[in-house]
Amino acid sequence: MSTSTPTITPKLEVKSRATLPARPTKIAVEGLSFYYGHTRALQDISLEIPERMVMAFIGPSGCGKTTFLRTLNRMNDVIPGTRVEGRVAIDGQDIYASGADVVELRRKVGMVFQKSNPFPKSIFDNVAYGLKINRLTSNKAELEDRVEEALTDAALWSEVKDRLKSSALGLSGGQQQRLCIARALAIRPEVILMDEPASALDPIATSKIEELIVDLKRQYTIVIVTHNMQQAARVSDLTAFFLLGKLIEVNSTEKMFTAPDEKLTEDYITGRFG
Amino acid sequence: MISFFAGTDRTRRATSGLMTTLTALCTVVAVGILLIILSYIAMRGIGALNLRFLVDTPRPVGEGGGIGNAIVGSAVLLLLSCVVGIPLGISTGVYLSEFGGGAFATTVRFLIDTLTGIPSIVTGVFVYAVIVLPMNHFSALAGGIALALIMIPIVARTTEEMIRLVPHSLREGALALGAPQWRVTLGVVIPAAASGIATGAMLAIARVSGETAPLLFTAFGSRFFPRNLNEPIASLTVQIYNYAISPYDEWHAQAWAATLVLMTLILGINIIVRFLTRKRF
Repeated sequence: MSTSTPTITPKLEVKSRATLPARPTKIAVEGLSFYYGHTRALQDISLEIPERMVMAFIGPSGCGKTTFLRTLNRMNDVIPGTRVEGRVAIDGQDIYASGADVVELRRKVGMVFQKSNPFPKSIFDNVAYGLKINRLTSNKAELEDRVEEALTDAALWSEVKDRLKSSALGLSGGQQQRLCIARALAIRPEVILMDEPASALDPIATSKIEELIVDLKRQYTIVIVTHNMQQAARVSDLTAFFLLGKLIEVNSTEKMFTAPDEKLTEDYITGRFG
Repeated sequence: MISFFAGTDRTRRATSGLMTTLTALCTVVAVGILLIILSYIAMRGIGALNLRFLVDTPRPVGEGGGIGNAIVGSAVLLLLSCVVGIPLGISTGVYLSEFGGGAFATTVRFLIDTLTGIPSIVTGVFVYAVIVLPMNHFSALAGGIALALIMIPIVARTTEEMIRLVPHSLREGALALGAPQWRVTLGVVIPAAASGIATGAMLAIARVSGETAPLLFTAFGSRFFPRNLNEPIASLTVQIYNYAISPYDEWHAQAWAATLVLMTLILGINIIVRFLTRKRF
């Protein structure tokens, strides 16, 4: 644990963002539908995510937010019997076009999962894995630098620098999740997808991850799925509300939590259902 | 204690006591039989056991002799079977678990399960027909292949099961970093299942090191130390078999001693495996 006292006071109010800076679109989704077998999990979703911003996906369990997140780096491809319709473009390139390189896509679009999933390897090797398989470094010194940089960016370096060679499974839950973030950062992606990254963590670890997200926004486009509306309010610039596989509303987080356009959004946010 | 529950509580305790006693009794019977076998072998075998017996080759009745060539022969046969059987078995298991969703894999899985159930003597006869007859002579090679055929299904199925136990989240974690499927399997999944795979391989080794029947038709046996893989080779199990069915008391005693040696070696292999594959985290 770090020596500074972490802020655990819930910041319920939304930070004032009178005007969001205008940024070019990083991810553009058009008419996306997704099927598990015959079940349609996502219906005709269109959405744009500007670069270097944080967009939060909220909605009740089973509404399709995780499924949608996983279509953005084609992680659903590994599930048999699934089908995608529509278009997802990252930097203007359709990632589902025939001939699109999935490996290249996932290098560009990193992912942090709900449950931390460090490899049963050393802390160092966990972070180095992506660098090694993608041959991103040319020598050992460079590899070590990149690992240190990633761990520093993930606010984990000071806690693990003396035990890089020991097992990643010996870390606490919060540290394991930050290790997974470091692992994703190491290959310098452009977009980071986070699937409820703090849902299994205590308030202190959660606040560390949240501070991290706000920091990372300067360099990365971040999409985060969360069940926790305070969390969405704290970390995100934009919020998208999903219900039963449909996108109900996308707006600036401030507007979403103060004066949403849709009645359904308001009902959900004020706790009338969900 | 509230009196209302007293009756049910007494019945529950009685049932629990009865079942505990029953299961304990069964355990005692099962382990007891094993202990009797082990101690009987040790008792009968220890008499003829000495250093010379462990290093000498067999001699005619009345002249002593030993099982040195059989120990070396068994080691050679095991090594051969591992070289052939373990890579094939592990590869099959990896294929079945990582890529085996279709009808082909289901068929393979069914065939492997059938193969596991084939009596080992049938394997011996098969190798006799396919390798020994065309070559016109018994050989260590044929023996090693016969043992490998017994190992493959065991190794394949344990490997498959062990790899299935690797959480899916690890695979997704590696895929999300831009790893191609084959690198995920080689670099993340197999290492995560390594200790389980090793246990499976060792179980297979322990299993075939006790096989006699397939060796009778393939390795045949020999009274000399092995010089190359293309000639008949001695093994502990065949040696025990030959001595046990002989009419001489001296050979009977040597058969018991050889059994004790074989048992100790298998026990040794098991202990080494337990040590190598113990949980590290």
